[in-house]
Amino acid sequence: MEFPVPGQPDPAPPAANKSSAMSGAAILVQCLIEQGVEYVFGYPGGAVLPIYDELFGDERIRHILVRHEAGAAHAAEGYARSTGKPGVVLVTSGPGATNAITGIADAWMDSIPLVVITGQVPTALIGTDAFQEADTIGITRHCTKHNYLVKDPADLAATIKEAFLIATTGRPGPVVIDIPKNVQIAVPSERRGLVRAGAHRYAPQTVAPAEQIIEAVDWIATAQRPIFYTGGGIINAGPEASRLLRQLQDMSGAPVTSTLMGLGAFPSTHPDWLGMLGMHGTFEANMAMNQCDVMVCIGARFDDRVTGRLDAFSPDSKKIHIDIDRSSINKTVPVDMGIVGDCGTVLAQMIDAWGTRQARNLGEWKARIAGWRARECLAYPERSVKNPGMIMPQKAVERLHALTHQRNPIITTEVGQHQMWAAQYFGFEDPNKWLTSGGLGTMGYGLPAAIGAQLGHPDALVIDIAGEASIQMNIQELGTASQYRLPVKVFILNNEYMGMVRQWQELTYESRYSNSYSDSLPDFVKLAEAYGWKGIRITEERDLDDGIMRMLDHPGPVIVDCMVAQDANCLPMIPSGAAHTDMMLYGDKVDGTMDDEAKALV
Amino acid sequence: MPMKIAEAASERHVLAVTVDNEPGILAKITGLFTARGYNIDSLTVADITEDHAVSRITIVTNGPPRVIDQIEAQLERLVPVHKVTDLTTAGPHVERELALIKVTGTGEKRVEALRLADIFRARPVDTTTGSFIFEITGPPEKVDSFIALMRELGLVEVGRTGIVGMMRGAQAV
Repeated sequence: MEFPVPGQPDPAPPAANKSSAMSGAAILVQCLIEQGVEYVFGYPGGAVLPIYDELFGDERIRHILVRHEAGAAHAAEGYARSTGKPGVVLVTSGPGATNAITGIADAWMDSIPLVVITGQVPTALIGTDAFQEADTIGITRHCTKHNYLVKDPADLAATIKEAFLIATTGRPGPVVIDIPKNVQIAVPSERRGLVRAGAHRYAPQTVAPAEQIIEAVDWIATAQRPIFYTGGGIINAGPEASRLLRQLQDMSGAPVTSTLMGLGAFPSTHPDWLGMLGMHGTFEANMAMNQCDVMVCIGARFDDRVTGRLDAFSPDSKKIHIDIDRSSINKTVPVDMGIVGDCGTVLAQMIDAWGTRQARNLGEWKARIAGWRARECLAYPERSVKNPGMIMPQKAVERLHALTHQRNPIITTEVGQHQMWAAQYFGFEDPNKWLTSGGLGTMGYGLPAAIGAQLGHPDALVIDIAGEASIQMNIQELGTASQYRLPVKVFILNNEYMGMVRQWQELTYESRYSNSYSDSLPDFVKLAEAYGWKGIRITEERDLDDGIMRMLDHPGPVIVDCMVAQDANCLPMIPSGAAHTDMMLYGDKVDGTMDDEAKALV
Repeated sequence: MPMKIAEAASERHVLAVTVDNEPGILAKITGLFTARGYNIDSLTVADITEDHAVSRITIVTNGPPRVIDQIEAQLERLVPVHKVTDLTTAGPHVERELALIKVTGTGEKRVEALRLADIFRARPVDTTTGSFIFEITGPPEKVDSFIALMRELGLVEVGRTGIVGMMRGAQAV
């Protein structure tokens, strides 16, 4: 069905008309400027040279030269997640595009708005296995919200406009525009450009039906044991949605838990904050999810990391699910009411419908929660068994939080134990301050994401809480931060293990640590210095605060190599295949084996 | 006890999907089915508007009810998809399929093939002294039955279009 799409008259030709003598590359740059793009994260190559030539000397868009295309995509994600604006990526054909795929897939899983421009071989060479040719459209088809191959410069303006619309509205996500080299050089053909983005084609539903809202508010107001279970959708809906969540919570008094992606939407210092839920969530959050009678899921998607064993997931609750993506509703957990709409809009509708109602007395429910809280599930031993003299990683994150929270830092992470410890022990008060790879779980995300966030917030304190294994996955981006004088801080919790792998091997494979030891590590302090960064090593607990302060006092980028206990586990934990009520806490006995059904779960 | 792979019970659904007729849309849809582990029993596609801008895709799929609901939601999520109609749940509908069936043989079997074709209102569209190509149109079960009979009478080749479906009554999808 690969028919050419016939050109249709464009009622209001946008840039295409005035730019009829402009090359495709010039139209592209013009359109990016019209979209308000400040930064393009990219890496040049043969198939994008015409675009790079257009960017040469152009003061209106700043190009950030990364060291690897994966870094470009993650940096754009960091920029997007921290600013709420779309991140723009520019890479060449073939390896340029394939290197960016991990970042594109990451943005797809976490609903991050990206517009990724990829060069392609000239149209005449497509399909001939030309040099640096890859089927970018085919490869990115299932990790993008939409993608385009543009075959005529006349179609560029409308395509770019629609790409930005699709990336940033509805459930946000990455959009790829593949532009062959000859299309970058040629001027638009005589025929009129395409008309895109008709309402039949793309019209996300943002407002929920009024009768649903009334019923939902009624359920919440009459619930004895209500809970808000919030996710990244609230962050994506903009800061106003977080404010509205706080307002509705204040009206109803219901306790709040959040997914990894939703941290910051509700302040961690609030008495009704239960902490994160799920596999490494708090005991009180998971118990409250299990025991609630009305669950209000707002912008979360019942991920397997959140639900634990599905047949034991919150068995006695009525469930309301608010999501802008209809396909998220009833995907894994059947709900009693699915509300399709933008989280912010629906929250505003609910607040409106709540009116002057009085909140029900939830004293009994809160007392039960207080009982679960009393377990102090985040308590951890003062000393490690294996390395009694070493810093406990949880302590390091707690001190980092204590010494930085007044500066309202932006925290990025890599993936693994350190990520979970950051989520558990670093309290977040505001949205857009917590950037992590939740869905795809991409090691190597944190450093480039910190670079993107720092560009979006030049005066903010941006810290990548990292592990010594993850940080090596995009370590080359140290050079990017040096080049643009970005004062990002990388705080490595160095336990010389791929800690989460090691932990699972301890729990599941009788501590057979197959390939999870981080052998032949670089000297991170010297590595930092080699890139023009400051390097600090912390080995003793008594030096922890001083090391963190030295990191904060240094005006430029810093790597802190914080040596921590090797055997610390990330707890509490719902082991795979277990229910919310079967959490493993510090001090629980571990037999180190698991049956095959549980092993087979991710 | 060694672990076994479990399977769930499924039901058959016919989906009518209207889409922008643009490059890659078919790959998007079929790829979505493979990527998410859904089944395609049959798929037909052709453009249906005068300006060739819109195509109608008819997909016969099977799965548990919740999976069918997911399939519809995931299809609706694709930007070029205008509308997804589940004909199976939307009410009474007509399903038709066209098949070309080549049968070779002589003597009694050849006569019997022609006689059965007449009963099934299958039309010979090509004839040699040793073969027929029959064209048959109908619901898939009718086509199945005819092919099963021809199997005994010298069937050598089958081509089927897959199903197109439409709601009964005046209402359009």
